[in-house]
Amino acid sequence: MKTIIAALLMAAILMLPLILPSAFYVGIATQILIYGLFAVSVNVIAGYGGMVSLGHAAFLGIAAYAFALLTTVSGLSPLPAIIGSLALTTATAALFGLIALRTTGLGFLMITLALGQIVWGVAFRFVDLTNGDNGISLPRSSASAAVVSPTVFFYVCLATLAATMGFLALLMRSPFGASIEGVRDQPRRMSTLGYDVWVIRYVTYVVSGFVAGVAGILYIHLFRFISPHALSLTVSSEAVLMVIAGGIGTAFGPLIGAALVVLLKNVASAYTDRWPTLLGIIFLFIIVAVPEGLVPGLRRLGTKASTILRPKAVVSSRVVRADQKGTR
Amino acid sequence: MFWANGLLNSLAFGSLLFLLSAGFSLIFGLMRVANLAHGAFFMLGGYVATSAAGAGFAASIVAAGLAGALFGGLVERLLIRRLAGRELAQVLGTLGLAFIIADQCLLAWGGDPIAHPAPAGLQSAVRIGSFAFPAYRLFLIVLAALVAALLWLLIERTTLGAKIRAAVDDREMARATGIPVSRLFTIIFCLGCALAAMGGALAAPVMSVYPGLDSEMLPLALLVVILGGIGSLGGAFLGSLLIGIIYTFGQMLLPDLAYVILFLPMVLVLAVRPQGLFGRQVA
Repeated sequence: MKTIIAALLMAAILMLPLILPSAFYVGIATQILIYGLFAVSVNVIAGYGGMVSLGHAAFLGIAAYAFALLTTVSGLSPLPAIIGSLALTTATAALFGLIALRTTGLGFLMITLALGQIVWGVAFRFVDLTNGDNGISLPRSSASAAVVSPTVFFYVCLATLAATMGFLALLMRSPFGASIEGVRDQPRRMSTLGYDVWVIRYVTYVVSGFVAGVAGILYIHLFRFISPHALSLTVSSEAVLMVIAGGIGTAFGPLIGAALVVLLKNVASAYTDRWPTLLGIIFLFIIVAVPEGLVPGLRRLGTKASTILRPKAVVSSRVVRADQKGTR
Repeated sequence: MFWANGLLNSLAFGSLLFLLSAGFSLIFGLMRVANLAHGAFFMLGGYVATSAAGAGFAASIVAAGLAGALFGGLVERLLIRRLAGRELAQVLGTLGLAFIIADQCLLAWGGDPIAHPAPAGLQSAVRIGSFAFPAYRLFLIVLAALVAALLWLLIERTTLGAKIRAAVDDREMARATGIPVSRLFTIIFCLGCALAAMGGALAAPVMSVYPGLDSEMLPLALLVVILGGIGSLGGAFLGSLLIGIIYTFGQMLLPDLAYVILFLPMVLVLAVRPQGLFGRQVA
């Protein structure tokens, strides 16, 4: 049954650009894939690694800015520009990891936030390089010629997302993946068993930064524009919200969260300018009412409603687990 | 002359940072809550002060402080307390709150920067020979030193302070000996938010108040407490001065890269002492 539903879902996603009425909707579907990939990168460090980063928009932004600058100013062709941008992003993640992983838990969260805001400040204030608040646009003609139509680009993003998730699934099934989860759940025991906890966290962080960079490359190709806004704390926290909303540490949760947030944002922007207020309210609602994520949370609330009718309740272990994750 | 002027400006900016980060550090030290709405309280204080400017400068600062304390108390009672024991949820809750505050400020006060003139008595410059420096900035330095001294007295020399220190060291034991820990949480949260809001109000004549001020100040507060050591008043003081000096001279010498330079002291301090200059090793 489950495989049939999964197959139907896959078929529906593959058919999506052909079903959707216009390029506008294909663009929104593509946005979901790109923000989904970005949320997946946050999920790697927050869900698998157990450390919440509030500065991941920096990696998305660095990759996008690097690609824009390498193609427009340096005149590189797309492929070397992509490789260069990803190399720079990964190097930055390697550097930031050295700093942020001096601490864990809330200290890690605060340092990643500060580092992310420093990168944002550079994008905003280093006007000679980044054009400041006006951002950088890619010229119509240049950049990846492969991106001919919104439909083709949708499939490019889908393939990238699928490949990344396949790679991450393999990684998490490997002994190394088991050690990542081991470090998340029992750092002291892992350390006693002879694992180098720091190195495992560090590699997880760098992989996460790299994936965020890939999302940044897709981002600049979709919007053909990058400005400091893409690096802001709002974007970093939207990604964390996507992960939490969909279910932290699950493979597909971040995608569901990304779909929810992107769709909500697009619908809301048609009616109101008060997106940040709405975002804040959603944050509070999820954290107070359904901390384990919307999908398991709504299921729990449903079970709760039905157990009122049937007095012999089974305590959901998921709730307890989600709470334990929350305190780490 | 350049250096003297820069140093005094650094001290003035550091003073504002101290008002911002002392409260953050107190709240974190006692409650283990990283209040990510702290920058938003700073900005809100600035806006409240501009609106209350008609009542006089001192009254506008007091109004901002009261607004910060009242709102902070509500947040602690209605949000932080409901999420007791869930550190990450508390952090993300205050983050959500920060978005709401910033957006509602934009709605209430608009997108243009609002000036808040210094009081008439402090608008002139203090002259020593050929050297002139704005009196208001000197006032900020003196005021921050005064607040630091008062906070130190509060924590080191009063019964309330002794209870706070006890609760920081061992929350469970403090509770067992009859110290009303949860009431202390509310008091400290009110005090921390009031300090941030008054900091914003006092910053208004120097920086003016504008949307985005919150997300500009929050990382500076984080840098200060990371450098100084979380939960340490002395650390917040020293960290504020360091960040004040580095940021001010960075903007004077390399305006494009002032933000990158902020990164260097953090790297150096974290490399040697992950717990910060005055921080204690937490297991």
